[in-house]
Amino acid sequence: MSADLDTVSGQLAALASGATSSHALTERALQRAADAQLPLNALISRVGAQHALAAADAADEARAHGQAGALCGIPYAHKDLFCTAGVATTCASRMLENFVPPYSAAIHERISSAGAVLIGKANMDEFAMGSSNEHSYFGAVHNPWDLTRVPGGSSGGSAALVAARVLPFATGSDTGGSIRQPAALCGVTGLKPTYGRVSRWGMIAYASSLDQAGVIALSVQDCARVLDVMSGFDARDSTSAQRAKIDVAAALALPLKGLRIGRPRQWFGVGIEDGVGAAVENALAQYAKQGASIIDVDLPSSIYAIPAYYVIAPAEASSNLARFDGVRYGHRCNNPIDLADLYKRSRAEGFGHEVQKRILTGTYALSTGYYDAYYVRAQKVRRLIANDYARAFTEVDVIAGPTSPTIAFKLGEKLSDPLALYLADINTVGVNLAGLPALSIPCGFSAGMPVGLQLVAPTWREDLLIGAGHGYQQVTEFHRAAPPAAGQTETVHE
Amino acid sequence: MSNWETVIGLEVHVQLATHSKIFSGASTAYGAEANSQACAIDVGMPGTLPLMNAGAVALAIRFGLAVDARVAERSVFARKNYFYPDLPKGYQISQYELPIVIGGGLAVRLDDNKIKYVQLTRAHLEEDAGKSVHDAFHAETGVDLNRAGTPLLEIVSDPVLSSAAEAVAYLKTLHTLVRWLGVSDGNMQEGSFRCDANVSVRKAGAALGTRAEIKNVNSFRFVEKAIDYEIERQIRLLEAGGTVLQETRLFDAHRGETRSMRGKESAHDYRYFPDPDLPPLVIDAADIEQARSALPELPEARRLRYIDRLNLPEYDASLLTSDRAVSEYFEALLTAVGQPKLCANWVLGDWLGALNAASLSPENSPVDAHRLAGLLLRIVDNSLSSKMAKQVFENLWQSAESTDQIIDRLGLKQVSDSGALADVIDTIIAANSKQVEQYRAGNEKLLQFFVGLAMKATKGQANPAQLNDLLRAKLSG
Repeated sequence: MSADLDTVSGQLAALASGATSSHALTERALQRAADAQLPLNALISRVGAQHALAAADAADEARAHGQAGALCGIPYAHKDLFCTAGVATTCASRMLENFVPPYSAAIHERISSAGAVLIGKANMDEFAMGSSNEHSYFGAVHNPWDLTRVPGGSSGGSAALVAARVLPFATGSDTGGSIRQPAALCGVTGLKPTYGRVSRWGMIAYASSLDQAGVIALSVQDCARVLDVMSGFDARDSTSAQRAKIDVAAALALPLKGLRIGRPRQWFGVGIEDGVGAAVENALAQYAKQGASIIDVDLPSSIYAIPAYYVIAPAEASSNLARFDGVRYGHRCNNPIDLADLYKRSRAEGFGHEVQKRILTGTYALSTGYYDAYYVRAQKVRRLIANDYARAFTEVDVIAGPTSPTIAFKLGEKLSDPLALYLADINTVGVNLAGLPALSIPCGFSAGMPVGLQLVAPTWREDLLIGAGHGYQQVTEFHRAAPPAAGQTETVHE
Repeated sequence: MSNWETVIGLEVHVQLATHSKIFSGASTAYGAEANSQACAIDVGMPGTLPLMNAGAVALAIRFGLAVDARVAERSVFARKNYFYPDLPKGYQISQYELPIVIGGGLAVRLDDNKIKYVQLTRAHLEEDAGKSVHDAFHAETGVDLNRAGTPLLEIVSDPVLSSAAEAVAYLKTLHTLVRWLGVSDGNMQEGSFRCDANVSVRKAGAALGTRAEIKNVNSFRFVEKAIDYEIERQIRLLEAGGTVLQETRLFDAHRGETRSMRGKESAHDYRYFPDPDLPPLVIDAADIEQARSALPELPEARRLRYIDRLNLPEYDASLLTSDRAVSEYFEALLTAVGQPKLCANWVLGDWLGALNAASLSPENSPVDAHRLAGLLLRIVDNSLSSKMAKQVFENLWQSAESTDQIIDRLGLKQVSDSGALADVIDTIIAANSKQVEQYRAGNEKLLQFFVGLAMKATKGQANPAQLNDLLRAKLSG
């Protein structure tokens, strides 16, 4: 029973049967969060136990009155870039260390009204810029599988919390792989929806044309449940799409037999670790065994995805982060001598090194004389990458390969080599540039660390990801593997 | 100072007459307490997103159609990036490469009554910034964001104006038009109509000279002064062997001069790029056609109609079409009364005079067109003399009564019933046989004697023209 209580589906079943209460689950989550905090450093902004338990009691009350929402009573965490009214929202930045928004993100409204219980806000790379969660003002997050390694980023806190079985799900955001890569490195399931599927209202922007909210959980089925709650048109976000909801039940029932899976040659070349390659090939063999066909495809422009991404994302970021100027909210330097001093010191003090670097890169890329050579060209590459995917999807239903070319690396290992760090996103950023939905699921281990399989589908075809991912998890156990210390402090008895 | 030509292009920021802001639901009403009309979007709070106000788009379309421009079926919002305390997001959302209105032009009547067709380059939608307040706190600057996010249409003319007077004539025509269309209230004191002027001079026939941009002038008089000053400054500079710098200048109204604000070297690099938060603005051809069919008759067309079809003097026609509310008042009056010249005289004379004296706008006139029509109809049917009509008008202004009620109350009715007048005249003729004889002998001056008696007998209510006619007939008979 206790293993079941680690998942959304398990908790919902136990709540529905009366075997447990939201109060008990929330207490358990708070306890686990407290125990895990020192090793992992995965939570940064707190809701307060009183508030969380009050929300849990309200959920229990609602359930008793037959008014249980789809996630009623389930404890969870938001990545700390989703605005939560009355609760600190820091983006893991000194700039917003004391920022308490007076409004909530659309996904917080939706998840709250489905009855889930927020227990805290997850650590992340500052303003979602990073692939290791080392760029947090509140310190790095540690990988529950090996505390000397990174959890991936930027949604590293969310992935670590779920992997450590502190919470059954956590929200994340994915601009260049920020859900999928930490999910892969922490051995959990991460779903990045189609751009426009989930409202961006109240999600603090990094790169607006790429940012997409999603979810990290222990199974595809759990991700699908949460996505169903999170998604939907929102008039406040002009890039939000009016699309029909995914038929989750039908998606989960999708047979693997006959599924056409594309294997991009470019994802299995130089730079991929042997252990990662082997685990992914095994996963593809498993699909083949279940009746899927594996077809080689080409994504020739994918070699330009990293440079294009590192022009477009910083360009948008340089503009999105201009509002943090020390005038209205956020960090403000002491005793500015004039306006320029106020701007310079507030921003120099408030932003960490990686954020400053991307703002400068983006400012450069948009400058007169460089705009055409960088920004405009990167947008053309973006179109080529989207075309590559579109062409491949005429032959296959989904595309599969390694989420990350490596397993989780050591903390500090790549800090001095930014290019190597940027290459951690090599297989994920193209998906964002093309606006596609993608999933990372655990598919094995290399040197004792989890390996993630990335599945990519055409726009609005999350159903294919859910079907393909769930089908795999029906015949494999990798997603059930827990890191050694996970849940070891289990003391609450249901 | 001879041989110099002036080249002027104008950029006018027109505040659109929407109730809410261009990307948020906050009110655009003027004069509220500082920061009371700035919502999370206007303040640029993290995580907020802009949402296009369809009303602002409709007004931009209306303007574009009225100036015969092309309304773009696809236009794109861009971010103009710069830091300033009253710019909450660190960028202004504007349109850059693909504006909503392209080309078009305006027929401008110059002082010599010649028409100059001023080509427009473009007009684009953008949001206004907030306001820095320098006098509210000691040694500190405050920021009022009520104006942040107010919808603006920036209307850019080609550089085709050749004097300050032409520039002002263009601005006045544009001002009339945007008010006429209901695109803007055009209130210049409140900043709803602001002008930047690009001014350069060159020797006749030479290539364009270097221009200076004079920022943010908000009265016609100041525009004229600023441009004239700037022309003179540049010519003097060039004739002394100097060069004009490309720079931004401010007009100092107190000193009547322009001063350098920033040079080209310190000009911002705005790093424009398409705003990823707003999809391209797509306008259906059908919507454009619908807006076209809803366009009102435009002021210049109406002016010509008044001259050609109503035979009104040019002067009257121009005045009647300088303001939509005045013109609509005249139209309503004309429909009820006929008699264009009579209606024009009353609108431009007594009615506008009374409004001016009371500092009222046409919309707030205590006498609506329907009530004034009642008065004019009594003039037309000879019930009232012009003197009586003025008396009735004063009463219309002061009370809610109709013309006929006032006539009854004051007993003002002009006696124009020829039977009643004839009786009065017969009595007078019978009682003054000596004077009748003298008149018939040729002393026609005596007519006034009989008029006086008749007026006395009718207590002044006789219709003078009718009285004259009847007297002449009876005396000569």
